[in-house]
Amino acid sequence: MKKTTFLAAALLASTSLSASAETLRWARAGDSLTLDPHAQNEGPTHTLAHQVYEPLIIRDMTGAFQAALATDWAPKADDPNVWVFNLRQGVKYHDGADFTAEDVVFSINRAKSDNSDMKELLNSITEVRAVDDHTVEFVTDGPNPILPSNLTNLFMMDKGWAEANDAVTVQDVEGGEKTFATTNANGTGAYKLVSREPDVKTVMTLNEDYWGKDEFPLDVTEIVYTPIQNAATRVAALLSGEVDFIQDVPVQDLGRVDETDGLVVKTAPQNRTIFFGMNQGADDLANDNVDGKNPLADKRVRQAMNMAINRDAIKQVVMRGQSQPAGIIAPPFVNGWTAEMDEVSTDIDAAKALMEEAGYSDGFSIQLDCPNDRYVNDEAICQASVGMLAQIGITVNLDAKPKAQHFPLISGNETDFYMLGWGVPTYDSEYIFNFLVHTRGSDRGSWNSTGFSNAEVDQMIQSLASETDLDKRNATIQSIWDVVQEEQVYIPIHHQVLNWGMTENVGIEVSPEDDPKIKFFELD
Amino acid sequence: MADIQQDIRPSRLHRAWNSDLGWSFRHAPVAVASTFVVLLLIIGAVLAPFIAPHSPFDPGSLNLMNGFTPPGQANQFTGDYFLLGTDDQGRDVFSTILYGMRISLFVGFAAVLLAMVLGVTLGLLAGYLGGWTETIIMRVADVQLTFPAILVAMLIFGIAKGITPPEYRNEMAIWVLILAIGLSDWVQFARVVRGATLVEKNREYVQAAKLIGRSPFAIMLRHILPNVLNPVLVIATISLALAIIAEATLSFLGVGAPPTKPSLGTLIRIGQEFMFSGEWWILFFPAATLLALALSINLLGDWLRDALNPRLR
Repeated sequence: MKKTTFLAAALLASTSLSASAETLRWARAGDSLTLDPHAQNEGPTHTLAHQVYEPLIIRDMTGAFQAALATDWAPKADDPNVWVFNLRQGVKYHDGADFTAEDVVFSINRAKSDNSDMKELLNSITEVRAVDDHTVEFVTDGPNPILPSNLTNLFMMDKGWAEANDAVTVQDVEGGEKTFATTNANGTGAYKLVSREPDVKTVMTLNEDYWGKDEFPLDVTEIVYTPIQNAATRVAALLSGEVDFIQDVPVQDLGRVDETDGLVVKTAPQNRTIFFGMNQGADDLANDNVDGKNPLADKRVRQAMNMAINRDAIKQVVMRGQSQPAGIIAPPFVNGWTAEMDEVSTDIDAAKALMEEAGYSDGFSIQLDCPNDRYVNDEAICQASVGMLAQIGITVNLDAKPKAQHFPLISGNETDFYMLGWGVPTYDSEYIFNFLVHTRGSDRGSWNSTGFSNAEVDQMIQSLASETDLDKRNATIQSIWDVVQEEQVYIPIHHQVLNWGMTENVGIEVSPEDDPKIKFFELD
Repeated sequence: MADIQQDIRPSRLHRAWNSDLGWSFRHAPVAVASTFVVLLLIIGAVLAPFIAPHSPFDPGSLNLMNGFTPPGQANQFTGDYFLLGTDDQGRDVFSTILYGMRISLFVGFAAVLLAMVLGVTLGLLAGYLGGWTETIIMRVADVQLTFPAILVAMLIFGIAKGITPPEYRNEMAIWVLILAIGLSDWVQFARVVRGATLVEKNREYVQAAKLIGRSPFAIMLRHILPNVLNPVLVIATISLALAIIAEATLSFLGVGAPPTKPSLGTLIRIGQEFMFSGEWWILFFPAATLLALALSINLLGDWLRDALNPRLR
């Protein structure tokens, strides 16, 4: 009985494959939040944008730098505060316009503007100037050795197109704004946008005039991208041959998918850590039952909560072994991570003692905001944590919702206790500090909804961008982590493990950023 | 004394047993079986705190390591034993079904009660008063009928959730569900009652009541209402099954009962994620319970409709 269904599914999968050898039907749990390339610094949003738009430099599927719209780059010989980028010649946007230095200047300035979510990556840049049509200079306030790694998700828009379509300013996501660029795109990438229905379906087709026609496989000629939030439905779609590639195979179905003829699962640790953030800066919380004071402002409470989370149980049961328990919000890929900081243990008795010491022996109640379509088993992790925190007297009301409603709570500072996952495309701690640790301000701390603010730490974070002595820089990184760990700004849960499921003819390895770039895909 | 009285006047139960309806009931094995199942489930739900071996709504009592224990086997880490297994959070499925049924049944009964009170009142008013009152009530009903009930319920749920302060949301969720399902279901009652009222209001006894000067509300309440109750009873029974399913649907879609207080629908939603991976019991037992409950109530409603229909006697 079971054998026949397997066979039937395999047969179905193989027949549908031969019929659509060049179309890649791709599914994942959640959709891109917007096509505006600078409006949201979020994984799935960048991943979709990478098919249509291109940055100056990209990371290939192994995470190594590769020239994209820039052919080469180097610090200027006589001025260490300037990076010179030579641009690729003869590149055209999908609407036929030429890609020039003017577009780079426009795009970087756009990404530095108020509504942009990419500001933190560019805050060391004081000026971008076009030397000629195919040379651009980036001026930084002090030498910035890691600037190129900040540009791998910074997409280049066409100035003329943006001006003609009223898309010069970045879409204000928190304000609920929608612009032409939210659902339309005009990039230089290997694929052109054909149609887009948010949360339903996005279709892209191969760009015949792509500059890299001879450099990349470009085996896929059409991409049909459909978000499928429900895990069982997503797996069923892969098993039945309805899709060729899913980015998030539910951990409980790994065996089932891998055993199915014609399907493979590829697994790799992801450059991403899942954690809880706590609003420790507010005088009083909006969604708790303690009046007049903020229980999370007490370090002992935060430490108790950290001790109450049983990460091994989450790994064993919720993640079925597919996670790496974390004591720090930086994944091991990142410069600044140490095994020592990543160690963590559960101690309910010590946690209870800390709660009593802080004056909360009867506990308190609080709301936990959690996404249900972003991370692997996000809602189940939150639910399990509700039980663990209940053991030290904290009553947690769980509010799980799609990421499109969850993330604005964090960027809008409207949550007391929330789940977030942070990937580190620059492979350096500075990226984490800029977004998650620095005081929330105009050009840093945009995803720091904890209210944590420490002038000394801010000072150290700002010094990182222009510190050229690597040993000194690493020492500063370590002392910032010391404060973050000591103050228990966040409660780390685990480093995520990626599971991609695909038909056997899709030849691609899992990228640690979870960002498949379809132009690299080889189909046999 | 009591004995003598019982000899002269049989007890209510006894009279009901010997009535036409009682006779029809005794000769319908389906009805008897359905009643048995419904009563069994209701007793299980009501006595859940005494029967259930665990308390699934108390997150502090859960041990995550008990997660995914198969029914009738000991857990591989803790060695604990669960009759119907556990779900992904280590909740005992048997206890959760009992507690979940409490929510499902409570929401079902309360929503039908709300729909019934609302529908009967509006139906009586529309049928008896006629004119503008009737036009307005019945057009609103028509408009609402053009939307699927579940959509209306989701709409009401969404609005209500939006205006409740977040700290009360979890406690309010159940009441909001009742409101949403109740408000989406009154039209059936209103239509039937209006139809029956139109017939009854021209009968002699109503004319007589009018002549002796009884107020319209007294006539509606004391004279017409008792005579239109039979069809209302039938609709209420069938609506109960539908309301329970509507609650399950909303919770299945993730807009109903909060995940930490699962109802049958929430359990089915959790369970269907593990359908492919072999943990069948998380889905199967709650779904079977929901099926048994809804089917039995439906069969009971069918029987009641036939039994109360004079033409089928």
